[in-house]
Amino acid sequence: MSATTENLQEEEELNYLTNGKTLKSWLLTGDHKRIAILYLISTAIFFMIGGIFASLVRLELTSPTGVLLETETYNKAFSAHGIVMIFLFLIPSIPAVLGNFVLPIMLGARDLAFPRLNLLSWYFYMAAGIIVLWAICIGGVDTGWTFYTPLSTTYSHGAISLAIMGAFLAGFSSIFTGINFIATIHKMRAPGMTWFRMPLFAWAMYGTSVVIVLGTPVIAITLGLVMVERWTGIGIFSPELGGDPVLFQHMFWFYSHPAVYIMILPAFGVISELIANFSRKRIFGYHFVAFSTLAIAGLGFLVWGHHMFVSSQSMYEGIVFSLISFLVAVPSAIKIFNWTATIYKGNVRMHTPMIYALSFMMLFTIGGLTGLFLASMGTDVHLTATYFVVAHFHYVMVGGAITGFLGGLHYWWPKMTGRMYPEGIARINAVLVFIGFTATFLPQFIVGFLGMPRRYHYYYFAPEFQIYHILSTMGASILAIAFFTPATYLIWSLFKGEKASANPWGAHGLEWQTASPPDSHNFHHIPIVTDEVYDFPGVEYAHPSHGHKKKKSKSDDPATKEQH
Amino acid sequence: MLKLFNFPLAPEQASNFAQEYDNIFYALTILTIIFTVLVGALVLFFVIRYREGSKVDRSRPIYEHLPLELAMTTVPTVLGLVVFFFGANLFVKMRTPPENAMDIYIVGKQWMWHAQHAPSGVRENNTLHVPINKPVRLTMISQDVIHAFFIPEFRIQYRVVPGRYTTQWFTATKPGVYHLFCNMYCGGQHSEMGGYVYAMEPKEYAQWLANGGNDLQAKTMEQRGAIQYDRLACANCHEVKDTARAPSLYGFFGRTRKFTNGTSAVADDAYFRKSLIDPHELINEGYENTMSAYNDVGEEEILNLAAYVRSLGTSAEPKAGSPSIEAKKGDEYTGNSYQGKPNLSVGALAHENKPTTPGPSRGNLSTGAISTEGGAKR
Repeated sequence: MSATTENLQEEEELNYLTNGKTLKSWLLTGDHKRIAILYLISTAIFFMIGGIFASLVRLELTSPTGVLLETETYNKAFSAHGIVMIFLFLIPSIPAVLGNFVLPIMLGARDLAFPRLNLLSWYFYMAAGIIVLWAICIGGVDTGWTFYTPLSTTYSHGAISLAIMGAFLAGFSSIFTGINFIATIHKMRAPGMTWFRMPLFAWAMYGTSVVIVLGTPVIAITLGLVMVERWTGIGIFSPELGGDPVLFQHMFWFYSHPAVYIMILPAFGVISELIANFSRKRIFGYHFVAFSTLAIAGLGFLVWGHHMFVSSQSMYEGIVFSLISFLVAVPSAIKIFNWTATIYKGNVRMHTPMIYALSFMMLFTIGGLTGLFLASMGTDVHLTATYFVVAHFHYVMVGGAITGFLGGLHYWWPKMTGRMYPEGIARINAVLVFIGFTATFLPQFIVGFLGMPRRYHYYYFAPEFQIYHILSTMGASILAIAFFTPATYLIWSLFKGEKASANPWGAHGLEWQTASPPDSHNFHHIPIVTDEVYDFPGVEYAHPSHGHKKKKSKSDDPATKEQH
Repeated sequence: MLKLFNFPLAPEQASNFAQEYDNIFYALTILTIIFTVLVGALVLFFVIRYREGSKVDRSRPIYEHLPLELAMTTVPTVLGLVVFFFGANLFVKMRTPPENAMDIYIVGKQWMWHAQHAPSGVRENNTLHVPINKPVRLTMISQDVIHAFFIPEFRIQYRVVPGRYTTQWFTATKPGVYHLFCNMYCGGQHSEMGGYVYAMEPKEYAQWLANGGNDLQAKTMEQRGAIQYDRLACANCHEVKDTARAPSLYGFFGRTRKFTNGTSAVADDAYFRKSLIDPHELINEGYENTMSAYNDVGEEEILNLAAYVRSLGTSAEPKAGSPSIEAKKGDEYTGNSYQGKPNLSVGALAHENKPTTPGPSRGNLSTGAISTEGGAKR
């Protein structure tokens, strides 16, 4: 008897976090959970760096003549903001952090299909990050994150080749993750885990991986060609050398529009999990939601030209792109409606992740619908490249992707760390994110409609824009606080947070059947899946704040079961 | 007045496209609000009604409902296609200039706009003068990187690409002064690559063309002097009243000046010229030897400057003098239309957002004595 208890304690101690305490055991790990933690720390750092540049930009715009920066520095600041946030935070955030951690567990696998490739992906990512920071430090880039030619190939003298190298490597890091996820989902599902028993987060990871694997090579080629033209003077994009400057935009957006779906599809997956689990109800229209993910991934490749209605592409080309852009909006609408219908007759618990999920639904609805203004050719003419566009894509990327990331991070935090975060402050902070976000970006729709171009340092010739910039910066200050607070209370919870039970939310899914935090191999025995996805009546519910205490005698139930 | 309290919600409608554009825009806005409120209200209602522990009917929950799913798919698709149709329709109109449109050629380069009116050949930089109620076709090309020619009040925009001609057209419908922006990030001074569009009555436009645009209208010596005065930034030190830094130039001529070497002289043209090109020899009593020598100013310009200073009146009674906008008519400006930023944000706030009278725009944001007078005119 006593032997069993000792055994149990030993098992408890040797979870994936405690199994090997040296730095080497972390840096050379093949464990998808540890790599996820490495990614979490590094993406958080890059998010902070990107956020500092965003703050500089917002501060600078409070006055029509600038506050602090020279024009050149301002141009470098918004370029750095875009490059860091997109290539080093948004694209890897949900797949490489949350996906890496929970996808194999969700599927009942012991790890991803290629653990070493997974680790290599993190090293590529870190190399990319360091190169980008280096580029910023030795002079920066003033082309914007879009690297439009011929500005980037001929006229700009920044550290462009270096920054492009960074983006290039970051692309490979996401390709590795994508290949890993596709192989894992195809080949490593537990017995009984059929395609339509997969949680929607796994579907989202599948759709995302397909987009990554098909799209990213194109941006690698494109950026490679920019470097070739810069170094050798072979005319690819520059008209002076016989190239075509608009060709770059086609190639760039062929990746960069699907890249938007690389950022938002994972968030859709997270939100599906949150809505179903916090309504304790099977998701409404599971098949429609799953297939809408694939529809978005597919159609997303056919709409790049809507970035180029006024770029001198053919009018007829534009009409086709516009039509398909309206069609790609439909699957997103389906998701929103299905989530709404899921809450109907549910048992809703308003924990922090659910607050994030609901604010995601509001913000993404606005972000998606304002996209119609830009998909419609006539209205896009006036709005393109104004602050209306800035507001629109921040609604999708910050209001969508980052809200989804924060929701998912809170949701899986007990699983990742074995600790509960402080619920009270986290709830208040979730509301604060919504308020700060809305205050920041709602005014930008109006100032964009008025004609404020993006990437403008000065606007003293149009002082009527100032009031909106001041409102926006005020909102950004709230948002900055609301983004910083989780970093503090989550770190606090690592040491002082309540211990989490295996399934603190009463959620459904294989990841909640193993211990929190899981041991290195996720499961003692590969589980056999017999129940349908989101099959709630079968889940025993323990209230996160006190429930698991009540059940303390019976705690670690799943682990005990697996032992025998 | 502080422009802080000036917050318009929509740009003016000043072209043939504006009304149709705004109809689609506001229809989409209403659609956005309806759907956002619908989703928000439903979510809020469900979340409150079906909160955990509430005693409500949860029997027979539905998980799949094909008719509802089809409705959710069809309604957005149909609405989307309707919007697509109107949007594409407007775009096709924007891309098809009428036969009788008049031509203006635009060249964009880092960081200025250059326009040439056909067939007169009249040129202008960083401004665009157009007659109202006449279709105008812009044929555009860039000399270096990609720019975009954007007039928000006209709801038109198109990229200006190196190596190929692009076109766009509009008919201005309302006289006035409107923003002209470069709206494709083009490096360094991108935000200052712009100016103003002057929509004029056809008669005024014809007059403007006949005068050679901004180029060739005859100017008085005072007017030319005013431009020099502004260019050399004399007013930075020589203010309306004497300051610790420099004496006033108001009421300069005919007054007896005392010098630090004990001599004195009555200010005349010769003294004016000498103090300009060689200011170090005769220093006014009570002042330091701080003025630099402007020995590269041409003789003709010095005469013009003197004429301008004569017209200033005295410190006690400064005359309106030569106004900035009128004086500057006839100059072709090759620099930035915005003439450099005001030094303080507060200063920027106090500036009008744009001139209200047609004419070159350089005077609008200048600092110092001249712009004060210009401000009075506005």
